Order: sequence, then C-alpha cells, then structure tokens
Amino acid sequence: MHIKQEASERHVLTLTVDNEAGTLARIAGMFTSRGYNIDSLTVADIDEDRSTSRITIVTSGPPPVIDQIIAQCERLVPVHKVTDLTEAGPHVERELALVKVSGAGDKRVEAMRLADIYRARVIDATVSSFVFEITGGPAKIDTFVALMREVGLVEVGRTGVVGLMRGNEAS
Amino acid sequence: MREKSGADILIESLIAEGVEVVFGYPGGAVLPIYDTLFEHSKIRHVLVRHEAGAAHAAEGYARATGKPGVVLVTSGPGATNAVTGIADAFLDSIPMVVITGQVATNLIGSDAFQEADTVGITRHCSKHNYLVKDPADLNSVIAEAFDLATRGRPGPVVVDIPKNVQVAVTSEKTPARNRHKPADKADFGKITQAVELLSKAKAPILYTGGGIINSGPKASAALRELAELTGAPVTSTLMGLGAFPASDDKWLGMLGMHGTYEANMAMNQCDLMLCLGARFDDRVTGRLDAFSPHSTKIHVDIDRSSINKTVPVDLGIVADAGQAIQQMVDVWKSRKTKPQPLDEWWSRIKGWRAVECLNYPEHKTEIMPQLAVQRLHELTKDRNPIITTEVGQHQMWAAQHFHFDDPNRWLTSGGLGTMGYGMPAAIGAQMGMPDALVIDIAGEASIQMNIQEMGTATQYRLPVKIFILNNQWMGMVRQWQELTYEGRYSSSYSDSLPDFVALAESYGWKGICIEKPGDLDSGIQAMIDHDGPVMVDCRVTKEANCFPMIPSGAAHTEMILHSDEVSGTMDDEAKALV
Repeated sequence: MHIKQEASERHVLTLTVDNEAGTLARIAGMFTSRGYNIDSLTVADIDEDRSTSRITIVTSGPPPVIDQIIAQCERLVPVHKVTDLTEAGPHVERELALVKVSGAGDKRVEAMRLADIYRARVIDATVSSFVFEITGGPAKIDTFVALMREVGLVEVGRTGVVGLMRGNEAS
Repeated sequence: MREKSGADILIESLIAEGVEVVFGYPGGAVLPIYDTLFEHSKIRHVLVRHEAGAAHAAEGYARATGKPGVVLVTSGPGATNAVTGIADAFLDSIPMVVITGQVATNLIGSDAFQEADTVGITRHCSKHNYLVKDPADLNSVIAEAFDLATRGRPGPVVVDIPKNVQVAVTSEKTPARNRHKPADKADFGKITQAVELLSKAKAPILYTGGGIINSGPKASAALRELAELTGAPVTSTLMGLGAFPASDDKWLGMLGMHGTYEANMAMNQCDLMLCLGARFDDRVTGRLDAFSPHSTKIHVDIDRSSINKTVPVDLGIVADAGQAIQQMVDVWKSRKTKPQPLDEWWSRIKGWRAVECLNYPEHKTEIMPQLAVQRLHELTKDRNPIITTEVGQHQMWAAQHFHFDDPNRWLTSGGLGTMGYGMPAAIGAQMGMPDALVIDIAGEASIQMNIQEMGTATQYRLPVKIFILNNQWMGMVRQWQELTYEGRYSSSYSDSLPDFVALAESYGWKGICIEKPGDLDSGIQAMIDHDGPVMVDCRVTKEANCFPMIPSGAAHTEMILHSDEVSGTMDDEAKALV
C-alpha cells in the first residue's frame, strides 16, 4: 500500500482576529493538527488600540479541503472573519524580501543591474556585498532570488504574502 | 466595590452560572480555590479518585441532566490526567467547564513544580481555553466559558488559573465579552427546500445523531412529529440513541459499523437522506465512495465545519437540530404537505428486517453476552434506567440490544472511544439524577481503567450498578484479530483479573457473580433490589463476536452477519482504515 496524494490549489486567506496571547498558536496549531498546509503566514496588529490583528495565510489543498480550512478557522473563538481572496475575486498580493549578495567584479555589477531592473533598493552596501530590498508578488521575488543565486546570494529573508481585495470594499 | 480574591470571584461566578456540583481533586495549585469552596455550601464538591474520573463524571452529569459539567483540578498532572476526558467531551460535544490550577504567573515557563502547559496541551481538544492572568478578568472569562460550553455546538472549555491570580485581590471587573454567535434558527428558504425534497421522496430516511440530544428534549419531541408526518424510517448514530423511541415501528435501529442490517441497507438504498445533528463519522459511513450512492442528501448541523467535511451534501443547513426540525414540521403542516406513498419503500425495509440481523447463536450452558443485555433491558425497562458504557464489544451489544425510548438515558463515549468512561460517567449521572437507576454496562478490561472510582461511589453513597460482561478478553480487539489478523491474539487476553466480587466488597459495595444462564434473571434482580452500589461479574461466553459488522473499508451492503463465513485476513488498504 502507498500513500496517495491529491491535486491541490493555492489559496490566499485573510483572517481578522483578536490580538491576544495564543491566537496565532491556535490558528497555526489547528492547521498542523488537521493536516493542512501553510505555505506562508503573516500577522500584525492593525487597529489603533492594537486589539485586532490581520493574518494572511497562503495555503494549498483540494477545493473541499480549502472549504474545510475556512470553516475550521471560523470555528475558532478569536477569529472574527475569514476571507478567501483567491475565491473572492480580483485582489493584490505583495511580499517583501531582503536579499544579501556578496561578490566582486562582474558579478557585483550584474547584481546591481538586475536589482535595478527588478526595482530592488539597496539598503546596505559594503565593498563586497549588498542587501537589496524588493517588494512584489511571490513569483517576482522567486525569480529575483533565483537570479541572485547566480551572482553570489548569501541569504534571503521573506515576509510572506499580505493581500487586499481590489476596489473600494473591505475584504 | 469591595476587593475580592480571584478564588472568591471564581466561586461567585460559578454560583451565578447555577453550578451545583463540581467534580474535582485538590492539589497545590488550587488550594486557594478549595479553601474558598470550603466556606460555600451552595456548591457540592465530589472528590474523585483520579482526575480522569472527574472529567468523565462531569460528562456523565452533563449528558444525563443537560446542564454543563464542571471540573476542578490542580496544575501539571491534575490537568494532564483530565485531558482524556476533555478530548472525549470535545469529540462528543458535551458541555463542560474545566477549571485547572496553574503555577504562579512569575513561574510560568520555568519548569516549576507541577507545571504543565495546560492551555497548550488542551488547545486542540477543547472548544476554547483561557489562561487568566488577572483576577479582574475572571468574571467575564467564566461567563464566556459557560456560554461557549453550552451554546452552539457544546464542548469543553478550559480555564487555567495561576495560583497567584487565585490569591490576588481586585475591585476591578473587565467588561463582559460576547464573541460567540452560534447558529440558532435555520434559513427559511432552505427549510422549505428540505420540506419539498422530503415530500417528493419515495424512499426517505431520517439519519439522526447526538445533536438532537444536545438540543434538548423538545428536539426529540419534534423529531417524533417529523417522522410521523413524513412516514419516514428513522435510524441513529451511537450518540443519538434515545432521541427517537426504539419501540416505534419506524425505528430501524442504530446504523454504522455495528448497526442493523435494515438501517444500513436503508441508508444505502434511500433516495433522500435527511441527516439531523450527526456528522458522517467514518464508523457510520463505511467506505465513502460506496456510501448511499443514489440519494439526495440534506445535512442539518449547528457547526458549519461538519457540513461537507467527509460527505458532500446537496443541501447544507447550519442550524440547531431541534429548531430546524420544528421549522420543518411547521412548514410541512402549514402547507398541508402530503408525503409520497411509501408502501414500496417499507416493504423493502420489511425484507431487510426479515434477515433478523441481531440474532445470535444460542448457548445452553454459557451466558451469551447479547442475552445478558437483553435480560438486563427486560428487567429494568420499567425504571427507565440511565445506561452508561465503557468501550468495546459490550458497548456495541448494549447499543444493539438495550432499547431507549427517551433522550439523556444513554451515556457512552462515541467519538473518542474512551475505555474507562462508564463508571465515572455513571457516578456523574447519579449525582445529577439521584433517584434514577444508573447502570454501567462494562467489560472486564475497560472497567479496570477507572476502577479506582468505586471509592467515590462509596463515599457519596451513590447506588450505581456496574454490570460487567466478563469474557476474559479485550473482546473487540480479539474480534478484529480473529477477523483480520488470522487469529494472532497479540496482547488481547485479560490475564490476572481481580476477583470482582471480593473487590466490590472491599469497597463496601455488593458483589454478585453470575455464571449460568439460569442465574441471570435472579442475579440482575438482586442487583436492582440492592439499595447501594453493586458490581456484577457476569461471566459470559468467551469468544462471542459482535455482529452485524461492516468490515473496515467495506460498504454498507457488505455487512457480515452471524450466519456468514468470516475470512481471516484483509488487505493493507483495509487494515490502514481500521
């Protein structure tokens, strides 16, 4: 007997939650305990009084599993609202990455040229290294990081995706 | 406002919630609470012998009375011992509030004496949990905890209170929160749709579950009316037994792995399935791709996440089962709806009933366990007893052969399948219903998992009856090993059993041993007649199997009956499903 894998699709979910101890553990742990995937997760408080946080989770699974993930999130007491951006319609997704490259000569020049093309900003420089700051969709960052690998990538830090619906409505 | 300690605020909050009984066990981190409890006569504290017993007793109390069960245990081992009962209540949707002591806030995280991360451990086996860091929060936390435990889909809520928070005083009170907005009434349009589907069905079935019991006695009454109006047959999950009277001619018996042939065949062949407060558990559905292939499915559940979780349905209705049934009854009546003629459907059901799937081979010299349950039912039914069980063959035999006409009379561990549930649950039920006849139908293996609770029954003079079907095997494990592992009985023999009669007597109970079929009735009668706790060691035939049975990974139509030849092994796919 072998374990079977099912075809899955990527979904971006946003959750409005109470900003209190244990909320993140409750959500992340629910994903683990029920066997759901977390591709990325971002969280920060968004209210003036710091009482509410917005969590963006990128997950993947077959459509019935995505539906179940949303229902299970809604079951959690500190979760007030769950929106599936992927399902809800046009939306924007952005993430930020810090990318450190090291090198000299042509490679250093090439790194700089590529950063320019990708609209990455230099936020730290030494004679042998750069730290670039880049924002964009996950695919753009994937591509930029792949290119940097060719010219002396040292390390990468990524925030994970945050997203909002397009238009004037709140998600 | 006068300053009060956290412990005072807690006890006052419990009294405000109407708590009369607390099941618990003291320890270092709850001493301030126990000290406050000492001065309050409004709350009765039941001292158990092990914290697992406290949690199951609270479950039994909740299931029998419909009120939330309350548990009070200390930090560390006190809390971890209660976890099985918390997980059990979570899977079976039993309303329960568990108060756990915790080490002082300044010691949390330091690996202090009797420290355990209780909120971490119970996070995914409770409906919600709290770590209270300020006594001012206690009032609102307890209020929200009870609201969460009892409304919507009920469940256990854990409130972890550090020792310094119990001692610290405050005159402050954080405002009440209400983050809980459970479904109540169903969408009218969907109810109308459901009624239309029901009225057009030529082969409908009502598949009912524990949600109807949780909804309260009104829901059971409404279900009876809906069955009467539609003329549809009714089956139920293990958790829902009693919501519909077993004595009604529309009752098909329990469905699922050890359900009746007629219930499972009707589920398979129906054209409309109305699922009310049940959740398509794997023990009910059997092989999913063969589950009721030709039916339109309507699912009423108070928990949105139960709908389309394992079985995709045509019409999902998020509502309290009782409310939704009543709404259907009202719509059905106001529109003067007439059901389709169901004669053909009922004649097919009659054919399945004729199989007499619950028959079992007779034995002249030994007691068949099924017979023991039947006699127990026959001799006690006038008293409308509350039956609890442990987990295993005896549980299934009880579900098959003990018949319930009312809700809240059948207390069993369905979802988690916790051996050791029955005796503490019986103790909890007896605390809540002092005049009821409470019987734990047990197995000789399960009963040993919480046997220490005999002392609790003695201390509080609770006349619970423990009826052990003693076959000297972990019967269900042995049965599976016989059917799927070619009779390799790995560690399933109940060796070194105690003398149950002597054990009973040592606790001040009455002990009765029944060995022959001829002594069965008199033994049961002696048990009922004794005004105090009784343990019956009923020696039954050793290798009886529990049939009917849907083997692992099989469809409803592939039931094994007593008369069938049984093969000795199965493939890995089926073994993995279990």
